[in-house]
Amino acid sequence: MKSTLLVGALLTAITTTGAFAQTIKLADVAELSGGGATVGTNWKNGIDLAIEEINAKGGVLGRKLEVTHADSQSNPGVARAQVQKALDAEPYVLLGPGYSGSVKVTAPLAAEAGITQIMGGEAAELTQAGNKFLFRTSFGQQSSMPKVAKYIHDDMKAKSVAVVWVNNDFGRGGRDVVIKELERLGSKVVADLSTEAGQADFAADVGKIKAANPDAVFVYLNEEESARILKELKRQGVTAPLMGETTLIGQKVIELAGDAANGARGHVGLTTDAPVDLIKGFRDRFSKKYNYVPDHNGLKGYLAVYMVKATTEKMGKVDSKAFADALHGLTIKASEEPGILMDVTFDQNGDIDRQSFLVEVVEGKQVVKQVLPKVK
Amino acid sequence: MSNLFDLLVAGLATGAIYALVAVGFTLLWQTSQTINFAQGEFVMLPAFLMLAAMHVGAPFWLAIILGILLSMILLGLAFKMLLVDPMMRHGVLPLAIATMALAIGIKEAVKQFFSAEASPFPSIVPTGDISILGHAVSLQSIGVLILAILAVFGLTTLLNRTSLGHQMQAAAQNPTVARIIGVPVERMILLTFLINAFLVALASLLITPIYLAKFSSGEVLGQAAFIAAIVGGFNQVRGAIAGGLLIGVLDNLAAAYVSTQYRAAVPMIFLIAVILFRPQGLLGRAEERTV
Repeated sequence: MKSTLLVGALLTAITTTGAFAQTIKLADVAELSGGGATVGTNWKNGIDLAIEEINAKGGVLGRKLEVTHADSQSNPGVARAQVQKALDAEPYVLLGPGYSGSVKVTAPLAAEAGITQIMGGEAAELTQAGNKFLFRTSFGQQSSMPKVAKYIHDDMKAKSVAVVWVNNDFGRGGRDVVIKELERLGSKVVADLSTEAGQADFAADVGKIKAANPDAVFVYLNEEESARILKELKRQGVTAPLMGETTLIGQKVIELAGDAANGARGHVGLTTDAPVDLIKGFRDRFSKKYNYVPDHNGLKGYLAVYMVKATTEKMGKVDSKAFADALHGLTIKASEEPGILMDVTFDQNGDIDRQSFLVEVVEGKQVVKQVLPKVK
Repeated sequence: MSNLFDLLVAGLATGAIYALVAVGFTLLWQTSQTINFAQGEFVMLPAFLMLAAMHVGAPFWLAIILGILLSMILLGLAFKMLLVDPMMRHGVLPLAIATMALAIGIKEAVKQFFSAEASPFPSIVPTGDISILGHAVSLQSIGVLILAILAVFGLTTLLNRTSLGHQMQAAAQNPTVARIIGVPVERMILLTFLINAFLVALASLLITPIYLAKFSSGEVLGQAAFIAAIVGGFNQVRGAIAGGLLIGVLDNLAAAYVSTQYRAAVPMIFLIAVILFRPQGLLGRAEERTV
């Protein structure tokens, strides 16, 4: 009896291992609960949609994709434990997390294991630590800020600019790059205002902007503070055009700031409102499957899986160790791999170059006004 | 110059709210030696109670009334009976620490039951500007200032001009003698807790349209009001009012004329100076405490 059981167990083990050898295993660690639940859920759904599509068309090099999702609870400590657990199962590629803080603490683990990590974080420093296994799905500040500065100088024709930023890693990182770029292009920074995270009263800051009388104001704050400063700018009658990033013109900011958000412009790396047919197609398929319109995190998750597909097909083999090398310097064209949605190039740091969008808030809605081309 | 005028009005409006919260601090201290470190969270919570009432379909005016009533029950009555009374007999320090724990509890509960994200909150004062002496001044600032002044005026009238107020003062200054001459001391102490709850609910109603309803918005407020109460004088209602207005204006002027980066440091430096050179506060009495 005992031996029959043993044989049975062995057989099960063999068949299971056999099945695994056929599929390509991916591991995802994302913010499925806690403060970043919206980020993580969109990211996860994007991944699931991409995998479903790819598997329906026969998989990658004839092998199906399979993913396990783990919840970081939006907490870097938990993310680290979950990533360690995921790496122990030796995945082909690690996907996530979405929060920069969680990426920062998990990236060394993946690098040590020699597993490529495709993540959602956007802080500039992430790809500047010499990690050869880390890749972005969206712009880091060093890619987006030059585009912002160029737009302020070329299109807004601003000779003088006030820069308002939030005094944390995110704000300071963006401020440093944008000021350097603005000065290089010849726009003068007439006010350089640091604000606190969680600051409620912007009367004094806006007073200073008013006194500096700039041609344009660059606002780089978190979403709630963005809403508060937009209200105060309107109240004090500042008429200079306002430029920012996703955090200035996001849906949450529009909801909080109401009328005061109208007219604000922002540079957006990824948006489901983009006037690109492939993105519209993605948006339709996503909305049909999940019954809601995804945000840019849904796009990021979707793109991460197609990055895996395109790179693997380029290599012609499923080789976890050679994956990162193959992705460095790779250009994936949407004409060849429609799932990548827009042409994209990865540099040696894992940063991306891609076209992006200039969005303006018109009557409480985001409207894409301009497509900004790839830098190179 | 117009800039200075704007800054003064905005500073006074913020300061008036600090004053409301700081007055609560001093009331609780005077009557029951309670230092309430959850005072900031007490300001944050009523806004969420009002939002919850609106969420189940109540119109804004009804939500305000329900919010204030619920606040008085939860932050006045329940706070006193369930936390202050049992902890009081162990001394001031354990009670202060218990209120810190309460602050964490309230924040986490709001995060759990509502959300960690900020929500917009309707303003009872219409938005827009009016012109005063040729300056555009926001109606919201003026409205906040007027309502806060009315509340403080009402409170001082109650304390100084009515029999009830005199009884409250007697209970605060010397409970033993007050009890001998027939003042219901326990009821007077409860009354101050209810007044504090009303004041924080009012402050919540006034400040949340500007600060947005968020679980963490009480941290800044509680700290500012605490500094205001110490600067003005912890044992004087008028000291807390002066302290609140002063901190509000100082914060704005510091941001404009010193440095936006060091604005948060200026009230702190001021606080240190007051503690060093006038420890009883600008308007406080030198004696340590009653009884």
